[in-house]
Amino acid sequence: MKNLIEIKTLSKDDITGLIDLTSKVKANPSKYSDQSAFKDKLVFSMFSEPSTRTKLSFQLAAKRLGASVVDVSKVGSSSEKGESLRDMIKTIESLKAHVVIIRDKASGTAQYVARKTNLKVVNAGDGMNEHPTQALLDIFTIYQVFHNYTGLKIAIVGDILHSRVAHSNMFLHEKLGNKVILCGPPTLVPELYKDLFKNVEISYDFDSFLPKVDVVMMLRIQTERQSEVNFPSFREFARLYSLTKERMGLLKKDAIVMHPGPVNRDVEITAPALEDEHSVVLAQVGNGLFLRMAVLYSLLK
Amino acid sequence: MSTILLKGGRIIDPSQSIDKVTNLFIENNKISSITDEEPSSHIVIDASGKVVCPGFIDMHVHLREPGREDKEDLKHGVQAAVWGAFTTICTMANTDQPIDNEASVSFIKYKAKSLNLAKVEPICAVTKGLNGEELTNFYLTSQAGAVAFSDDGKSIMDSNLMLKALQYSRLVDKRIISHAEDSNLTRDGIVNEGEISLLTGLKGIPSVAEEIIVIRDILLAGYAKSKLHIAHVTTSGSVDLIKWGKKKGIDVTCEVTPHHLILTDEQLTTYDARFKVNPPLRAKKDAESLIQAINDGVIDVIASDHAPHTIDEKEDEIHLAPFGIVGLETVFGLLNKYLVEPKKVALNKIIQLLTSNPAKVLNMDDRGSLKPGSTADVVVLDTEAKWIVDTSKFKSKCRVSPYSNFDMKGRVVTVIIDGGLKMNMLATKVNKDAIIEEIHLNDWS
Repeated sequence: MKNLIEIKTLSKDDITGLIDLTSKVKANPSKYSDQSAFKDKLVFSMFSEPSTRTKLSFQLAAKRLGASVVDVSKVGSSSEKGESLRDMIKTIESLKAHVVIIRDKASGTAQYVARKTNLKVVNAGDGMNEHPTQALLDIFTIYQVFHNYTGLKIAIVGDILHSRVAHSNMFLHEKLGNKVILCGPPTLVPELYKDLFKNVEISYDFDSFLPKVDVVMMLRIQTERQSEVNFPSFREFARLYSLTKERMGLLKKDAIVMHPGPVNRDVEITAPALEDEHSVVLAQVGNGLFLRMAVLYSLLK
Repeated sequence: MSTILLKGGRIIDPSQSIDKVTNLFIENNKISSITDEEPSSHIVIDASGKVVCPGFIDMHVHLREPGREDKEDLKHGVQAAVWGAFTTICTMANTDQPIDNEASVSFIKYKAKSLNLAKVEPICAVTKGLNGEELTNFYLTSQAGAVAFSDDGKSIMDSNLMLKALQYSRLVDKRIISHAEDSNLTRDGIVNEGEISLLTGLKGIPSVAEEIIVIRDILLAGYAKSKLHIAHVTTSGSVDLIKWGKKKGIDVTCEVTPHHLILTDEQLTTYDARFKVNPPLRAKKDAESLIQAINDGVIDVIASDHAPHTIDEKEDEIHLAPFGIVGLETVFGLLNKYLVEPKKVALNKIIQLLTSNPAKVLNMDDRGSLKPGSTADVVVLDTEAKWIVDTSKFKSKCRVSPYSNFDMKGRVVTVIIDGGLKMNMLATKVNKDAIIEEIHLNDWS
């Protein structure tokens, strides 16, 4: 694998291959740990947006594999002095890095870095575009529960327009043959998605489809990307689209609830719902590590 | 002054509906006659197999001088114009500092005159400092040579101020050129809003942001009984609104750029900032409706919106790179290759939108025509010449273009401005008493 930039350009086999490899890593982590072949490999993580679980998970994954990890964060690096991304990646390239893991607030940054360097690039989230490892760890989590990654009905709820997690998941489920229901206010769920994805339906009514779905993916309200008024208040948003304990009661018995984190408690999901037995939020975090080990393994080997 | 005979070319002059193989005779800086005779001349140019037409007029270019001469300047701009077959170009006011007073209008005129190539006609800002708050001195700047007024680069968002500008412009009988963009609807936008903005996660610029100002300004122009020109029209909705305005008898004209006719927003899926332009490249159906609108007579003018930037700027990340596509030197080769050759638009129509129509829109009575007595601004085109875009060969300072390595067909081979031969690649006989005022430019190769 040369890069992992977007789900939209992966094939179905690329995706299922990564799911299979993640299963193997999870079943036998020690087999993939401390690879002697990776001891000279250098992985840079470059996060210019705040991140806890993605960054930790990638760094830990690289360390587990036996590679060296260097973190270049925005604060404390020369990007604070106004150094541009292209100069920074040239610096990283000249330090003989093998892989750069990049998170940026602008869409297209991972593609830009891949075009400008010979480094292998992993997209850890670019603006409103994609967050491929999140979608992959989501499908891996779904696979672990349902032992299947096709023919499922998946609801994605909240701020779809600004969510790279939603976008990566939409591309992924189209390729794997799962139905997707997008739910949120019309300002955050453009009708055009129905033309772009043949497996997508749109609903503004949260309660209407809850009894029919296998998976509910709650999204974080992207407060940092709400440059405009897309809904009147968090209070009203929560009334319409918060996953409460009552709404959990509408779910099928074996349905699962996911959230990519970090959670705005009591906005998109209430605390009791988060800790409900349907919730697999912590399993997602755990699986994230194995998935990212599998991704980095494929790039470094 | 020398006399020039262009012999045996296919003369296309849309202003007189002429399209025939004959001779063009130029005398005393003016068109003397279109004739089958061969009057004796100082210079005889063999134009057989070529198209002879009025010099092109580009009513929308940015030459960045004064202020951003690192991107472009008048000297390179007028050379690029000549190599694009343009004998007159109109510069927009959004330089750094803006062209918003008599002194700066005069600066552009006199500096360009000293360069002695394409004629440069300044468009003055509508509002001082392009700040959308206070009108410029329309009368005084017209006296200095302003040919129109525009805050191109942004819309005047205050409808009352736009109305006053339109009303006051009647005093100088000059057109207000509207950059139609509701800035409240386009904030932080990078690409056309639609499938491509959703697929790339790049913030969208919706069609309605253009259309809402198009209809506002048409209504205001109708109310003020003034002359309005809509710059760079890009959407099928705008076409419908302009068609409606014209039908109502409102004096609204409009232009379209080659890039909005030939390129679409699908080019943006690779986040390549060379394709980043404002208004943005639109969907395929929009480009198709613009072509239809040319054939329907709704679009009056083709203009390049030549907007040069440095390579460094255009190779930056797409959200950081500036908007703009360089255009003067590629207009004809593109239109001829991608619209005329596949028979989407007739050659004569293209020439009309580059010559007589812009002259009419700007009240340039003696240009854009080969009528006897018109200024002798004439170009000869080799419509069969095939070439490939090599940005390093551009005369413009800007060496980065979305058309890099595009196949082109058609290029200019002779340029005459005010009766003076500025560039010529055709077989030519010069009598020994001819006074040749010739500027030597590099070859195409």
